Amino acid sequence: MTAKAQDPYRIGRGGGEDTNTGRGEGGPASKRTTVGYGFWIYLLSDIILFSGFFAAYAVLAKQTAGGPSPRELFGQERVALETAALLLSSFTCGLAGVAAERRKLLPAQLWLLATGVLGAAFLGLELAEFAEMIGEGAGPQRSAFLSAFFGLVGLHGLHIGVGLLWLGTMMAQLWVKGFQPQVLRRLMCFNLFWHALDIVWVGIFTMVYLMGSI
Amino acid sequence: MSERETDSGDTAPGDEAAEGEEFAGGTSGYVVGLGLAALLTAAAFAMVNLPLVWRPAVPMALVVLAIAQMGVHLVFFLHVNTGPDNTNNVLALAFGTLVVLLLIGGSVWILGHLDHAMMPMDRQMHGFP
Repeated sequence: MTAKAQDPYRIGRGGGEDTNTGRGEGGPASKRTTVGYGFWIYLLSDIILFSGFFAAYAVLAKQTAGGPSPRELFGQERVALETAALLLSSFTCGLAGVAAERRKLLPAQLWLLATGVLGAAFLGLELAEFAEMIGEGAGPQRSAFLSAFFGLVGLHGLHIGVGLLWLGTMMAQLWVKGFQPQVLRRLMCFNLFWHALDIVWVGIFTMVYLMGSI
Repeated sequence: MSERETDSGDTAPGDEAAEGEEFAGGTSGYVVGLGLAALLTAAAFAMVNLPLVWRPAVPMALVVLAIAQMGVHLVFFLHVNTGPDNTNNVLALAFGTLVVLLLIGGSVWILGHLDHAMMPMDRQMHGFP
């Protein structure tokens, strides 16, 4: 049996025949791997930032100061639509990545466009909800619960807005520069960013909207 | 820096393995992931609206469904798996998860106790004898 078969994860790093990159032997990792790994670290730190807002919301959700409670404010139809839009946009974003890997420009652009339209629909629904709540006097200054709500959901919406800008520049870069390695690396990072935002949204619709309507 | 864009022994997060057939790879992987995620989302909404589960157990059921869906997203959309080319990504993810759990769990635990130990608001208003 070879050393590789006995130790497939190269924890011992032995054997001398190790050609794996990025682990001290076999040379440095490729640029795509290091860029992706660095962006992964950024995403994890971003999720830690979100976890601070989640913690604040979990602690303050019951502190309504006599104002409206989560149960009175949140309707499930809108959040179901938002969830569907964001999940589908995550899916189309993944398909855009697959099309780009296969160097198919038109499908990649069309899937990216679908991602943008779905993301914009999500953001529109969220902004309509915010406007409605503020119009009813349930703005962020009403109670600690509402401050935490607008902080958490607003931060996620801000990420989606920045992601949409990034998406537009990615489509323009694909259009002008084509499938150059650096464009593909940026597209990979955008894919990671968009999927991570969908993971954060899973936490938000569970903790804020569904638990709030029990 | 290596000229190759992908290498066989070390995979960027979000990338599929460079060699061989990957579990949950390609377009079919995304389709399966979308189906599973939609199913888990529908189950979470059903938990709240239909009398499927003993009422006091609903929050715990929602937490379980949310964690399951995050796992589906990680495996099928972000291509994080337990393959030998993915150890760096999984280790970073494990550390991130630890910090998130400490932050949220610790805040809820400590402030829950603090809230419990606080004087009720109305008695504070009317002054302490």
